[in-house]
Amino acid sequence: MSLDKSTLERVAYLARIKIEDSEIEKMITELNNIMKWIEELNEVDVNNVKPMTGVSNNSLREREDEVNDGGYSDEIVSNAPEKIDNSFTVPKVIE
Amino acid sequence: MREAIKLKGETGIWEMVIGLEIHAQVNCKSKLFSGSATDFGASPNSQVSYVDAAMPGMLPVINSEAVNQAIKTGHALNAKINNISIFDRKNYFYPDLPQGYQISQFKSPIVGEGWINIDLGKGEIKKIGIERLHLEQDAGKLMHDQHPRLSFVDLNRSGIPLMEIVSKPDMRDWEEAGAYLRKLRSIVRYIGSCDGNMDQGSLRCDANISVRRPGEEFGTRCELKNINSVKFMMKAVEFEAYRQIEIIENGGEVKQETRLYDPNKNETRSMRSKEEAHDYRYFPDPDLLPLNISNDRIEKYKDELPELPDQKRERFQKDYGLSFYDADVLTADKSYADFFEIVSKGRDAKFVANWVITNFFAMLNEVEKSIEESPVNAQQLGELFDLIQDGTISGRTAKDVFEEMFTNGGRANDIVEAKGLKQISNTDELESMAKKIIEDNSEQVSKYKNGNEKLFGWFVGQMMKNTGGTANPKVVNEILKTLLNK
Amino acid sequence: MTKISNLGVVETLKGLNKKDFSSVEVTKEYLQLIENEKKLNAYIHFNTEKSLSLAELSDERRAKNEALPLDGLPIAVKDIFCVKGERTSACSKILENFIPNYESTVTSKLWQAGGVYIGKTSMDEFAMGSSNETSYFGSVVNPWSKEEEKLVPGGSSGGSASAVAARLAPIALGTDTGGSIRQPASFCGTVGMKPTYGRCSRWGIIAFASSLDQAGPLTRSVQDSALILQNMAGFDNLDSTSVDIKVPNFLDSCSRSIKGMKIGIPKEYKINELSSEVENIWNEGIRWLQDAGAEIVEVKLPHTKYALPTYYIVAPAEASANLARYDGVKYGYRKEDIKDLEQMYSQTRAEGFGEEVKRRILIGTYVLSAGYYDAYYLRAQKVRTKIVEDFNLAFKNCDAILTPTAPTGAFKVGEKNMDPVTMYMNDVFTVPASLAGLPAISIPSGLDSNGYPLGLQLIGKGFDEETLFSVGTILEKSANFKSI
Repeated sequence: MSLDKSTLERVAYLARIKIEDSEIEKMITELNNIMKWIEELNEVDVNNVKPMTGVSNNSLREREDEVNDGGYSDEIVSNAPEKIDNSFTVPKVIE
Repeated sequence: MREAIKLKGETGIWEMVIGLEIHAQVNCKSKLFSGSATDFGASPNSQVSYVDAAMPGMLPVINSEAVNQAIKTGHALNAKINNISIFDRKNYFYPDLPQGYQISQFKSPIVGEGWINIDLGKGEIKKIGIERLHLEQDAGKLMHDQHPRLSFVDLNRSGIPLMEIVSKPDMRDWEEAGAYLRKLRSIVRYIGSCDGNMDQGSLRCDANISVRRPGEEFGTRCELKNINSVKFMMKAVEFEAYRQIEIIENGGEVKQETRLYDPNKNETRSMRSKEEAHDYRYFPDPDLLPLNISNDRIEKYKDELPELPDQKRERFQKDYGLSFYDADVLTADKSYADFFEIVSKGRDAKFVANWVITNFFAMLNEVEKSIEESPVNAQQLGELFDLIQDGTISGRTAKDVFEEMFTNGGRANDIVEAKGLKQISNTDELESMAKKIIEDNSEQVSKYKNGNEKLFGWFVGQMMKNTGGTANPKVVNEILKTLLNK
Repeated sequence: MTKISNLGVVETLKGLNKKDFSSVEVTKEYLQLIENEKKLNAYIHFNTEKSLSLAELSDERRAKNEALPLDGLPIAVKDIFCVKGERTSACSKILENFIPNYESTVTSKLWQAGGVYIGKTSMDEFAMGSSNETSYFGSVVNPWSKEEEKLVPGGSSGGSASAVAARLAPIALGTDTGGSIRQPASFCGTVGMKPTYGRCSRWGIIAFASSLDQAGPLTRSVQDSALILQNMAGFDNLDSTSVDIKVPNFLDSCSRSIKGMKIGIPKEYKINELSSEVENIWNEGIRWLQDAGAEIVEVKLPHTKYALPTYYIVAPAEASANLARYDGVKYGYRKEDIKDLEQMYSQTRAEGFGEEVKRRILIGTYVLSAGYYDAYYLRAQKVRTKIVEDFNLAFKNCDAILTPTAPTGAFKVGEKNMDPVTMYMNDVFTVPASLAGLPAISIPSGLDSNGYPLGLQLIGKGFDEETLFSVGTILEKSANFKSI
């Protein structure tokens, strides 16, 4: 499978990373080199192999339903690049 | 058998195919993966932890109660609870989604297939399939009207636990869809897994709808979002069905898309912002291990499951001798049923059922209050019924007393005393009063005796007038009949 | 009196206990040395005032005989750990000015043990790199460099490795996702320990690949490593992948005999890229362990060659989601003068992330996208299962596995950053243990022909760091490695 321009553009859009036209050629070559190398994995017989979903075999640990966090909106927005009062702000979204 | 509503187009008859996705806020004190509160209506970002705001390095830890509630709800939907389920990341960018992904369940949900019965009126029931139920995080909230150029982001809702309950496409018209939504709401309220409050968004509904010629393959469906009441859901489905029929009949094709329902204009419109091809890139969240639920835990919640609406309705019919209709109305919501059971204890259940449905519910409806907000509680209403039962007041007077209790408060007994509404059942007293009326109105008496039987009511009216309406109508009738027919 | 900075963790604590010097003196000496060695660019951020006040508090505790286990010990922190009130950027422009209002569990444990924050060390951006050249704050220099050629310190914990090697800290914290502690440790001649996945909490550590990331110490000796890990490790209920298991006494295990232990040698690690000098050191390591009474056995790890491609699917996939939160809304860089939300996202992220990070996000997005998920991501997770099974089988037959840490010693700045795949080969020996979540340690074991350090790696069974400390101590003694 080789990665073409339209695939790269779609992937870049999904990842919300703008790619300049001048970068596209170089990027396609680089990514294809990596992908070609990754395709070594096709040699491995993975029939009937379960995919790994967690490093340990433990079950998910659960916590009690208690309110013990929150209540510090100043801290939540303290690093915001733009905010008004204690809300984050973004360019107007049209829904 | 009730026939589903079919729609008549220019070219013939159309059938609707409807499936609903319901997002129910799980009744928990804290969020699905953090310890911040879930209360409604707090100031912006005040119920947000560093986890909910997706601060760098923050990690999710699951709320045990959310898991329990999902198990309970699964049982109530007659569904299979899965021993192993997996949390996935659903990846997309939106300002209300701080992580850039929503933690949800994709391939392995906590609850699998099930079903519920919906009531189609006149005792008729239809079984609707449940596809799955999974747990997921809610997103935050965007506000667009605060500023001309900016949208505001409040993350208070971010991370609130939701159960997404997906039905099979088993509904064939908006009545069925409405009945399904009401029934599901009733069920989650019965078991306490969700408060079912659609106004505050604790219960939200997306509808998938397509149209087809009866018996043919499913057509292309559209997803309707932003529906926050049963009424609007039904209207949205109706509008959308006609829209799709019109497109097809004009030679067009329905485009699979997400549409927004606008209750003000009663129309659906394409959501351009969500139109781009979605590719959510689901994969198991590496911050969370698979969730294992033991059979013991599954069974525990099965055993603890309270009586559900269907069971309660059957019991009400059997134990109280109520009609299907009355039992159905009284069990539609657990609060109704509980209220009824308190009031009817030691009283005539059929009378209570009838009175509660026709008078009490009508009054609540009129003032748009829930049963929890009612100024008259079950205890107080029972006291009023006792006054009817022992003949202290008439049924007519009882309605006035109830209105007084409802509007200005007070106990039934006190109001009856204070206003002198006690029914006069004393035969001697009423008899001498009747005799006097007959003496004073010889003209009416002779008219009556000559065959104008309508005048009987006039004599009753005089008696009531003289007693301020407190005369026992039964006794009055008997006395007047005896005296006038002498 | 010995220079304080020549002392390791254990000796520094001894000196403090004997009142040979105060914590304030220790801290001042390190801060001065850091100032003198600015050209290494190992540190990117300090808070002198905070460090000195912590040192003063430590001295007060000691004066009252209330000294804590690590009281007064300066600790350098990789810029991936959130330290409350201190700029924490993962060496990325996108987080350049981020100041967390919370403290990572690991650093918090160390401060509670009396550690003194000395500064933030540089790293590859978001821990993505093997040479520390992707840091937004510039390359870090390996202190072993000669005048005429600047060497990389390895990565991604390059700043930490460089700082410890150059005696700008007795210990520095690192994180290891595919070798990010062990490979720079090898390049800089320090001990680098990656504990078992789940041993140290990940809470408050900026995530790269959540199923792989683990915190660990970089030190100048095995016993220092043991003592620090002792104070970092432990169950944390804020991290769902943290394992509730007792932390043994690691310091004790350093003095344990390895007689009769079985050490596995996997022939699959003898790859073409392995330099002959590294192979020689490896053979020497085998002899040292034999001399100490260990039995050498051959083990099979047949899927070794697939570990690196597997890693380069799994890690970028996880990273593509982990780094989605850097969107210019809640914190960090936001591109100004944008016309709408889409521009805000795509330009903020295009300008905020460096080349290698963007490359990995794109790969990760691609391997998870519709139509490719099964072929790439799912297959990789299946191969990962095979790799785990390899280790399970191998450990039926041995107590630890000895391999080189990296196929070569340190290389020159700029030498390998032209081709990503060449760079990725650095992690070929470290990635398998990461994928299996196993503990592994790199011990400086010799020098290459240029006189640059080479490390040997020991891989242990899950939650058996003790064996690594026991065997590691033998390697350390036998190698008699002279640090700079």
